[in-house]
Amino acid sequence: MVGGYSPAQVTDWLMPGKNLFLTIHVLGVACFAYIVARRLMPLLRAERDPRFDRPLARLGKVCQFWVGQWKHPRYKTAGTLHILIFTGFILLATRAFTVLIVGISENFVMPGLSGEAGHIYNVITDYAATVVFLCMAVAVIRRMLFRPARYEVPARFGKGHKADAIFLLALIAILMVADSLFAAAKSAGQSQQGQPLESLAVLSLPWLLQVALASASLPTLGNLYFGAYLLHEVTFYFLLCYRPFGIQFHVETSLFNIYFAKLDHGTLKPVKWGVSDEHLDQVKSFGVKTFENFTWKHILDFYSCADCGRCSDNCPADTVGRPLSPRFITIKARDYAYRHYPMFGGVANGKPLIGDIYSEDEIWSCTTCGACEEECPLLVEYIDKIVDLRRGLVDDGKVPQSLQKPLKALESRGNPYGKMEKKRSDWVNAKEFQQVCCVKTVGKSDVAEMLYFVDSITSYDARMQSIARATAKILDHSGENFGILGAAEKDSGHEARRFGEELLFTALRDRNVEAIKASGVKRIVTADPHAFNALKHDYKDMPPVEHISQFIAREVKAGTIKFNPLENGKDVYTYHDPCYLGRHNQVYDDPRDVLDAIPGLKRVEMTRSRDRSFCCGGGGLMLFYEPKEEQRMSVKRVQMAVDAGANVIVTACPFCMTNMEDAIKVAGLEGKMTAIDLTELVDQQIAREAQKAA
Amino acid sequence: MEILVCARRVPDTSENEIELNRARNDIERDELVYSINEADNYAVEEALQIVARVGGNVTVVTVGGEDDEEILRREMAMGANHGVLIVDEAFAGSDGRGIATILKAFVQKHTYDLILTGVQAEDGAAQVGGMLAALLDYPYASLVNSIAVLEDRKLKISREIEGGNKEMNEIDLPCVLSIQTGINEPRYVGMRGIRAVASLPIPAFSASELGIDPGAVGQAAAKVKRVDYFVPVMGKGAEMLRGSREENVEKVLELVAAKGGLK
Repeated sequence: MVGGYSPAQVTDWLMPGKNLFLTIHVLGVACFAYIVARRLMPLLRAERDPRFDRPLARLGKVCQFWVGQWKHPRYKTAGTLHILIFTGFILLATRAFTVLIVGISENFVMPGLSGEAGHIYNVITDYAATVVFLCMAVAVIRRMLFRPARYEVPARFGKGHKADAIFLLALIAILMVADSLFAAAKSAGQSQQGQPLESLAVLSLPWLLQVALASASLPTLGNLYFGAYLLHEVTFYFLLCYRPFGIQFHVETSLFNIYFAKLDHGTLKPVKWGVSDEHLDQVKSFGVKTFENFTWKHILDFYSCADCGRCSDNCPADTVGRPLSPRFITIKARDYAYRHYPMFGGVANGKPLIGDIYSEDEIWSCTTCGACEEECPLLVEYIDKIVDLRRGLVDDGKVPQSLQKPLKALESRGNPYGKMEKKRSDWVNAKEFQQVCCVKTVGKSDVAEMLYFVDSITSYDARMQSIARATAKILDHSGENFGILGAAEKDSGHEARRFGEELLFTALRDRNVEAIKASGVKRIVTADPHAFNALKHDYKDMPPVEHISQFIAREVKAGTIKFNPLENGKDVYTYHDPCYLGRHNQVYDDPRDVLDAIPGLKRVEMTRSRDRSFCCGGGGLMLFYEPKEEQRMSVKRVQMAVDAGANVIVTACPFCMTNMEDAIKVAGLEGKMTAIDLTELVDQQIAREAQKAA
Repeated sequence: MEILVCARRVPDTSENEIELNRARNDIERDELVYSINEADNYAVEEALQIVARVGGNVTVVTVGGEDDEEILRREMAMGANHGVLIVDEAFAGSDGRGIATILKAFVQKHTYDLILTGVQAEDGAAQVGGMLAALLDYPYASLVNSIAVLEDRKLKISREIEGGNKEMNEIDLPCVLSIQTGINEPRYVGMRGIRAVASLPIPAFSASELGIDPGAVGQAAAKVKRVDYFVPVMGKGAEMLRGSREENVEKVLELVAAKGGLK
């Protein structure tokens, strides 16, 4: 048809297809609108989630994580590819819209892009299309030949996603070729007809195609022009309507997912947004039991996942072979949504997720370390979902036997070990310690300026009591007027909350808040990052809270704390970032600054450090849980320290310490590796005499 | 099926440091934390699972004081339909037979198809279940670790035999079974569950209401009396291994194998 048609002007070549193109436009947009409307259905039935506040902070996130692609360089190859593709897409967006309109109105020029500006834009987008095309080629080769391990789908999670990924990459490649061919045929035709020429960017894909088409006949060029347009049009709308069925839906959703992302680190979502603690009793069902119990944002997360596998690649639970892989928490939920909210017909819902797409072990396997969230380029949230699923399990009484005793003990004794309340402050009575440091219990007759919140493990565990004594001695040395709550202190409830026992947490919190307020202290310090996080984020209206590493770093800077040089110059130290100090509270530098202030201390970094720190295995109730795993996380972590060339692991958390010391034994590294808490090391190296002399 | 579970509140051995009192005739009970006897909790869970399969109701009964309401509420939070407290000053100091007599009077005022008890109370003597069955003239099976409901008012149960073997039995209803721990995985009862049942009524019955002769129960009628209570001293034969970890592991394996613990 077009072959026989020879218009006087190249710009008339699309004329015969005008109605066809218009039809495709209308159909394409209508289809996409319908698909999006269906995809929105579960969001409308989901739980509420107030994410419309603080627009400036949200725009900041968009600038950093969407426009700025902040997380991408963490994976160099994939990250670079993605940044190039993303930039290409952003640049090409206007060109793509122009092309779509050209089918109906052939002489259309996007306002602002006529003349020189238009020429510059065309040159840029010629190259952009070329770069995107090349990136697709590289991405396909990576998927087919290099096959990064994190893209593989373990058999228990179903079929691989490679075919779909390659298909989508191919579609984009076709789109780029069609776009380039369209420009090349037009330019070649103009050149043959001696019309003013839209010159193409040298060595770009359109340019290469134009060179190849230089001697083609005008009718052939006309056909190619028309055909390329049709191909572009069909591919564009096919992609648009196909993406909401697979891993590329993030092209549409990512902007929203990042705008509505969680703003507050270290916090947990309440059981139900808009329901205060006092009214929790009236909530009929706790947590996520069915798909619709997720909040709309959490469902948007499911849609937005790009299946890049970075979360699971960094997940300690997945690494040691626990039945949890964060990537599949999302993928399975997305598949569930697509199955139960199909494009046509009624929607099915209301069935429990546990036993269907998730298993109990899977949900209990998470240490809430936050490595997955730290890595996700799209800011998909995991901890809130895991905790919500646990709240659902707790509500249904489905709690592993190994956790029931410690939970019950928390309820009756205020600590997970079931130890007597009056023994909570037994650690202060150690003879040698009492001779050098006297710790008062605030609340009765004694008052203090600062509260040292000890928490359960440091209070009761014979080994960890050493951390309590070291902390007290450091505070004492710094001249702090501090005290402890003694028997009035209850477990912070941090883990109870993260294990889904919200009401147990609120009961513990309320008793602590009451005791802390009654004590009249002005500041709180703790050596337990979990207690630190609880006091800082889970409790309200508390005096300022610090972790002891922050306190020490400040005192070192102020000169109040000075160190004796290390006697043994042979040891090599490495610092292990506790999850709730590092990732959840961004305290990375203070502990390192303290270590570096100790004369003669050699320190190396493990490959996985700071925000990529590898969880020790989890604290609090996780110590009681008996996971199904091939290896202990802590053994893996200790091996990382060995690989870094260290023989002393310094940490700043009693749970990390417990796990590290166990791992050193399990790995048979006794005598070759030791673990020490930052407070213990500081207490050991503090220059007491020099201080007094000064 | 109407199921009655006899439960008891005991000092929680995992949350207390048990010490003798000064008079050395009992444990020091100040500051003790109590909970439901562990085996009884398994019995309630089993009852709930049976009712979930075949329908019916679960009632949990305890003989004690007002403090014991706590465990009834916990079991009601688990899903038991009713909690019943049997309380009377005349019951103080009852021996096993006394408790069985009290329970028998309660059972005879109601209709139960199945009566479960824990295999033993942590501070008890594993005697009430058997005596209750005898007093009621019901069949009895102890150490039960699985229950299946058959047709014709029969149960198929398995019992744990020394050495890890199992024995299968058929037993006619109504009957009394003592439930071994490990028969199931009891569900968790959280703060929320307990609060939800906090205001439900728990009926209490006294000796006269159940038609129990006060002379037949309580301290005066008890024929088993505790005369001493002590912590045994560590005897000979206890051995402390003080080698390296590897040596200790090897030694332990050797000792366990020598005693026939490894095949």
